[in-house]
Amino acid sequence: MKIPYTTEIREDTGLYNAKVGMWLFLASEAMLFGALFSAYVFLRIGAWEGEWPHGLLNIPIGAFNTLVLITSSLTVAMSWTSLKMGDLQRYRRFQFVTLICAAAFLGIKGWEYFDKFSHYEIWLNDPLTSKEYPQLAGHSADGDQPVSSVIGHIEGIGPFQTLASLQESGASAVEIHPDAFHYRLSARQQAERRKAERSLGAEGAREAAEEHASVRIDVSRIARMSAFVPRHGTFFATYFTLTGLHALHVLGGALMFAFILWPGARMWRDDPERYTNSVEVTGLFWHFVDLVWIFLFPVIYLL
Amino acid sequence: MSSHEPGFIRKYIFSTDHKVIGIQYALTSLAFLFVGLMLMLMMRWQLANPGQPVPVVGGALESLLGEPAGEGKISADLYNSFGAMHGTIMIFLGVVPLVFGAFANYLVPLQVGAADMAFPKLNMLSYFLYLIGGIIMLVSFFVPGGAAQAGWTSYPPLATIIPTDGQIYWLVAMVFLITSSLLGSINIIVTVIQLRVPGLAWMRLPFFVWSEFVTAFLLLLAFPPMEAGAVLQLMDRLAGTSFYMPHGLILSGQPATGLSGGGSPLLWQHLFWFLGHPEVYVLILPAMGIVTEVIANNTRKPIWGYRALVGSALAIGFLSMVVWAHHMYVTGMGTGISMFFQTTTTIISIPSVIIMTCLMLSLWGGSIRFSVPMMFAIAFLPMFGIGGLTGLPLAFTMSDVALHDSYYIIGHFHYVVAPGTIFAVFAGIYYWFPKVTGRHMNQSLGYLHFWGSLVCMNLIFFPMLFQGLGGMGRRMSDGGYIYSAAHPSNEGAIGSLSDAVMQLNGVIAWSALALAAFQLPFIFNFFYSAFAGRRVESDNPWQATTLEWQTPTPPPHGNFAQEMFVYREPYAYSLCHSAQAETPTPESSAAVGEFVDFETQNQSIAAAATDELLVNQVSPA
Repeated sequence: MKIPYTTEIREDTGLYNAKVGMWLFLASEAMLFGALFSAYVFLRIGAWEGEWPHGLLNIPIGAFNTLVLITSSLTVAMSWTSLKMGDLQRYRRFQFVTLICAAAFLGIKGWEYFDKFSHYEIWLNDPLTSKEYPQLAGHSADGDQPVSSVIGHIEGIGPFQTLASLQESGASAVEIHPDAFHYRLSARQQAERRKAERSLGAEGAREAAEEHASVRIDVSRIARMSAFVPRHGTFFATYFTLTGLHALHVLGGALMFAFILWPGARMWRDDPERYTNSVEVTGLFWHFVDLVWIFLFPVIYLL
Repeated sequence: MSSHEPGFIRKYIFSTDHKVIGIQYALTSLAFLFVGLMLMLMMRWQLANPGQPVPVVGGALESLLGEPAGEGKISADLYNSFGAMHGTIMIFLGVVPLVFGAFANYLVPLQVGAADMAFPKLNMLSYFLYLIGGIIMLVSFFVPGGAAQAGWTSYPPLATIIPTDGQIYWLVAMVFLITSSLLGSINIIVTVIQLRVPGLAWMRLPFFVWSEFVTAFLLLLAFPPMEAGAVLQLMDRLAGTSFYMPHGLILSGQPATGLSGGGSPLLWQHLFWFLGHPEVYVLILPAMGIVTEVIANNTRKPIWGYRALVGSALAIGFLSMVVWAHHMYVTGMGTGISMFFQTTTTIISIPSVIIMTCLMLSLWGGSIRFSVPMMFAIAFLPMFGIGGLTGLPLAFTMSDVALHDSYYIIGHFHYVVAPGTIFAVFAGIYYWFPKVTGRHMNQSLGYLHFWGSLVCMNLIFFPMLFQGLGGMGRRMSDGGYIYSAAHPSNEGAIGSLSDAVMQLNGVIAWSALALAAFQLPFIFNFFYSAFAGRRVESDNPWQATTLEWQTPTPPPHGNFAQEMFVYREPYAYSLCHSAQAETPTPESSAAVGEFVDFETQNQSIAAAATDELLVNQVSPA
């Protein structure tokens, strides 16, 4: 029994089976990510005034990762073209670069994740003001506004800690090094502060360093404490779910490429056309995953 | 065909043959339908006799499920579990795998003249993902806290805060089922697009293939948003996020702690119903396809309005994606949004009515054979009609607000699915059984099954419409007793449920038991006939036209014994050579070559008949 059009092209559609299948799969994937993006829009529109965080993600790193993925898409296209021209060696070299890019993307993403996991926010029972604590100047639009939560790095404490684990460990106070800005400031307010800081020059830098000196907070004053993990809030819940699901797709695509490149390469001898097609179809998937990131990056990092 | 026979395991368990996979799907999903039926019987007992130990199975329940079934009684928690799992099992593990996994798998490749599905290995994977999902669902009954309890719709925050791990099992199982149906739908679509036999133009596809084709697109595009929703709900459960948990949530009088808040329960409803409504058409479109095949065959004439049927199926496919929020009228949507969804909802009834009209008109002037499949197919028409018409008041906000979450809803959608889709499924089973097994099912038992089911179905579901109009809510584990006039605390209270409404609980319970009893002849018939039924005399015992009947019986691996070429419309019953396809011979090829342009220009039956006459004239030469 032979199923037709596995490699040869059907005249009226101009396609072979696997390609139709992949396009349909991508349609389904578009609905999956479309739903998640819609959920993001829905939650962000529904967020309370001034609640949606700004400036929490590392934009240069994200931009670099975008570049890495686009490069990998390019090498995938080149590798397929090489196979079409019958040059297996060239294909291998390009696909090797693709896999390195995939690994780099996932590595960088993992590093970003870990950086977030050890970054904390502490919600206070009674607010502080930046008049008392000049270190917190970046946490409110002006000095008079009370600061009800502090974000920053905590001295001598690993990732994933919570108030409960803190109480369990018996610590009586934490030393937190506040970030330069609080995420509740709008993007514009943050930019203005940054500009003002820059215009102050060397003196400003010293002041800024002072601002970054730690704040000591008694555990009894803490209402809630959370690292920048999914349960921190809706923003990080969305960020981790969307980028995590995307990272799983990158991993899946890379594994497929690796399989085709090494154990699957025997097919090249028996049926080179089908082998080339498998690279093309997996490449379609790869470009789609790349495209998802090209939407994710501006939506989550920049907006 | 391979040169050596594969072993038992490769042939019947890990088979890549679409027919074996179809049968696997059929047997598994029928088993799940049976489980759903049993859950329903126990629930109906509880509603008619609140707090009484379940007879016969009570002891077994207690030893299996422990505390929630103490003394063999169904506690409120257990009732909630049963309710949620009855819906989930019937829809996601019973009917959808039956109409899509089983029927489409078995028949679509045959009806398009293909040797197998486009991706046989993915097909096998699809079945096993479904099986794993089903097993996870069943296992969830036995985890601490029991199975999911928040209804088949799993609305948060309730679904997230209910203290049972069953909900996690439910979500994980759903992800498996969604992946399974994703693979299945890709397979069906690619098979229809790529593997049609030469001559089988789009407008020559049997309507069943069209209906499964549209269904596959619905599954492909509507399921992923729900999968996204399930992932988010899993995150809420496992990672402590607040996608569906709003600010200021109060649980049992206490503010919820440890939550960031900022989510929205409505988000789940949107994601769920974006699947949930197309799902209704996933249930009904293949049923319409099956009924069309059976009616065309048993009226011995072409289906009236084939093109209208195809157009309507496509219209339903598109429209079903934009009606989902009519399930959410009571969530406080704005009037503008409500207006949009009321409009689309009323528009979608038009193609449904066109399909029903075409099928009814097809009966006109036919020499009807009242075979068992035909009885079920004919009964489908008024039953689905009741289901559809009772849906109209639910399409409008003003009447829906009163009827929402009442037994009226239960009556309405069960009319669509139970005497609707499941009757079509029975019609399909009786109709294709001779092709699959090479043996006929027993007719007398079939008639018994039909009449018993028809009467009982109506005795179960019609009273529910009254109960709903009488004000009975849909999720009460005591059958509404606490709101009834008979309850001591409601003496003289206006609006309490009347005795008549309450007594219907008893009618429904007995009818449900009778319905289950009338399935016994079917179950016996099914297994007995498969091994000892009357053998078929020919490969085409119903004298049907479509391609699946032109295979050997049962069809071997690879399906068709010779090459096929399709010359005609699917239901050319008015012609002397009515079979849709033939093996091309020099004469027939020449004849068709001569008249093929003529035929594509004139799709009408009259033209085809003329063509056939000419073919007959040419053939002897």
